[in-house]
Amino acid sequence: MKELDPLVFLAVLHEMMGALLWLLAGLAVLSLATFAAVLLRERSVSSARLIRSEVVGVLGGFGALVLMAYVTVSGFTDAGGPIDWLLIAVIWGLGAAGTAIAAYAAQGLAVWLRQIRRPAGLAARRERTA
Amino acid sequence: MGEAHGLKRRDLFKLGLAAAAAGTLPGGAAASVPKVATKARIVIAGAGAAGLAAASRLAARLDGARITVLDKRKQHFYQPGFTLIAAGLKPREYTVSANADYLPRGVDWVQEAVAEFDPEGKKVVTESGEAIPYDYLIVATGLSLDYGAIAGMSRELIGKDGICSAYAGPDAAMGTWHCISRFADEGGVGVFTRPNTEMKCAGAPLKHTFITEDHLRRRGNRSKAEILYAANNKALFSVPIVSEKVRMLFEDRGIRTAYEHVLTAIDPGRKLATFTTPGGPVEIKYDLINVIPPMRAPQAVRNSPLPWTAGPFTADGWVEVDPATLRHRRYPDVFAVGDVAGVPKGKTAASIKWQVPVAVDHIAAAIAGTTSSSAYDGYTSCPLITRLGRAMLVEFDYRNNLTPSFPHVVAPLEELWVTWVMKTIALKPTYLAMLRGLA
Ligand SMILES: Cc1cc2nc3c(=O)[nH]c(=O)nc-3n(C[C@H](O)[C@H](O)[C@H](O)COP(=O)(O)OP(=O)(O)OC[C@H]3O[C@@H](n4cnc5c(N)ncnc54)[C@H](O)[C@@H]3O)c2cc1C
Repeated sequence: MKELDPLVFLAVLHEMMGALLWLLAGLAVLSLATFAAVLLRERSVSSARLIRSEVVGVLGGFGALVLMAYVTVSGFTDAGGPIDWLLIAVIWGLGAAGTAIAAYAAQGLAVWLRQIRRPAGLAARRERTA
Repeated sequence: MGEAHGLKRRDLFKLGLAAAAAGTLPGGAAASVPKVATKARIVIAGAGAAGLAAASRLAARLDGARITVLDKRKQHFYQPGFTLIAAGLKPREYTVSANADYLPRGVDWVQEAVAEFDPEGKKVVTESGEAIPYDYLIVATGLSLDYGAIAGMSRELIGKDGICSAYAGPDAAMGTWHCISRFADEGGVGVFTRPNTEMKCAGAPLKHTFITEDHLRRRGNRSKAEILYAANNKALFSVPIVSEKVRMLFEDRGIRTAYEHVLTAIDPGRKLATFTTPGGPVEIKYDLINVIPPMRAPQAVRNSPLPWTAGPFTADGWVEVDPATLRHRRYPDVFAVGDVAGVPKGKTAASIKWQVPVAVDHIAAAIAGTTSSSAYDGYTSCPLITRLGRAMLVEFDYRNNLTPSFPHVVAPLEELWVTWVMKTIALKPTYLAMLRGLA
C-alpha cells in the first residue's frame, strides 16, 4: 500500500467540503492570527476572558460531536471499540480548542476595537469644545 | 502492507476524516512522474469509475496522446451510495452526477456504446457503425445485471410487493428502502439472496441483511420477523476469515442461513421464491426478498474475442487479463480495469483505485519503450455495515489475506463507528477524487 499523500488528503477534503473547506481554513487562520495578535498586544492572558472561552470551548466540543453525528447519520452511542472513543475524544478536543481560541480572540478583539474607537471619540469631542 | 504502518504515528484527526482516503480508496497522485510525449491513440470503453479514473490518469501522464472515451450514458452513478439510499439514510440525488463533470480537458467523449471490439483490427465499432482505431484500448465497461436470468423477475418489479434490489440504480435503491421500511413495520419472512456468479461488492448483500435486521430491532418489531440469508455456495463471503466472522454475527443477530441456495425464479403474485440446491429445487415463501441478479460482462464484450476461453471466467465473459498487470493475455495493447476484468477479486471501486495506476503505468511504459514493474495484488475493500452506525473495514487481496490500511488502529474484523464514519463521509469524496485522478 502506498503512503498517505498529503495532496490526496487535501483533494479528498476538498471534494468533501468544496468551498466550505477554504472558508473553514480561512476562519481557522483568522482566529489563530487574531489570538496571537491579542496575546502579543496585551502581553498577558486575561483570566476572566480565558474562563469564558473555556466555557464556550466545552460547548464547542459538544457542538463538534453533534455536527459529526449529523453528517454521519449516527451517534457516539455507536462507538464499538477503543479507536471509536479515541476518535470521539479527538473530535471533541478539536471542537473545544477551536471554539475556545476563536472565543478568546473575539473577546480580545472586541476590547481592542473599543479602545481604538474611544480615544478617537474623545479627540473629536475635544475639538468641538475648543 | 508494511508501508502503511507509518500511519499509526499520524495524528488521529487525519485518521478520522481521511481514513477512506488512505485506506479504502488509497494511493498517491502520479504527479511527480515526468510526462511521456506521444501521439498514441488511446480508446477507453466505458466512463464509469474505472474509465474516468483511467482517462484522468492518462491525461495527466501523457503529453499529446489522443484519448477517446466511449459511453452512451450521461449520468454518473456513485454506486456504493445505493446501499445508503436503500438503508433510508441518503436521498436519490446523493448518487447521481454527470460524467462530463469528471472528464479531463483534452479527452474526447463519444457518446455512444461500443458495439464491437476488434482487437485483431485494433479498433472498436460504435453502435452507429463508426470505427475508432486505437493503439491502446482500456476496457472499462463494468458489468451487466442479468435480472432476466431469474424467471419471473424484472427491473420493473423492484420496490413493489416486497421485492428489493438496490443494484439496479438510484430509483431501485429508493424502492428497496420503501420495501425494507414497510417490512420493518410489518415483519414477516425476509429472504436475502446473492447470485452464483462473480459480483460487484460481494459485501453488499450482507450489508442489506444486517441493515434490515437493525431497522426491525429499532422499531421494536424484531420478534415479528424471520430473516434468512441464502448463500450461493458453502460460504458467506469469499475470504474464509471474514466468512467465519459474518457467520458469528448472523448467529448473534438471529439471522438464519441457508447454504448452496441459488435463486432461479420468483412468483411475485404468490410471493414464492424458487432456489436450486444440491438436493433439488426448494420453494420459500417470502414477505420481502432481496434479489441480487447474476452478473456478467456486457454483451459487446461477451461477443468479442476478449473474454477468457477456458477456466472459471469463461461462462460470463470476463476479459482475459493478467491478474497482476491487467494487460490482456493475448492482445498486449488491450487492458481491462474495473468490474469487467477477469480477475479473481477486485469488483469494487476501491480496487479500481489500485488497478488503474497499474494499467496506466504499463501503457506509459509501453509508449516510452520501457517496462513497468507495477502490479496489482488483488486489493479489494468493503466497509461491511453490520448495523446502522457501525461497520467492519474488510480489506483483502488475491490470496485471501487481510490487508488492513490501518493495522493495529482500525481492526478489520471489529464492528466500529470509525469505519461507519469513513463509509458515510469519506468514501464518496475519495471516489470522486479518484475519478479526477487525484486520489
Ligand atoms: C449496491 C452496490 C454497492 C457497492 N458498494 C461498494 C462499496 O462499498 N465499496 C466499493 O469500493 N465498491 C462498491 N460497489 C462497487 C462499485 O460501485 C463498482 O465496482 C464500480 O462502480 C465499478 O466501476 P466500473 O467502471 O468497472 O463500472 P461502472 O462504474 O458500472 O461503469 C461502467 C460504465 O461502462 C458503460 N458501458 C457499459 N457497456 C458499454 C459499452 N458497450 N460501451 C461503452 N460503455 C459501456 C456504462 O454505461 C457505465 O457508465 C458497489 C456497487 C453496488 C451496485
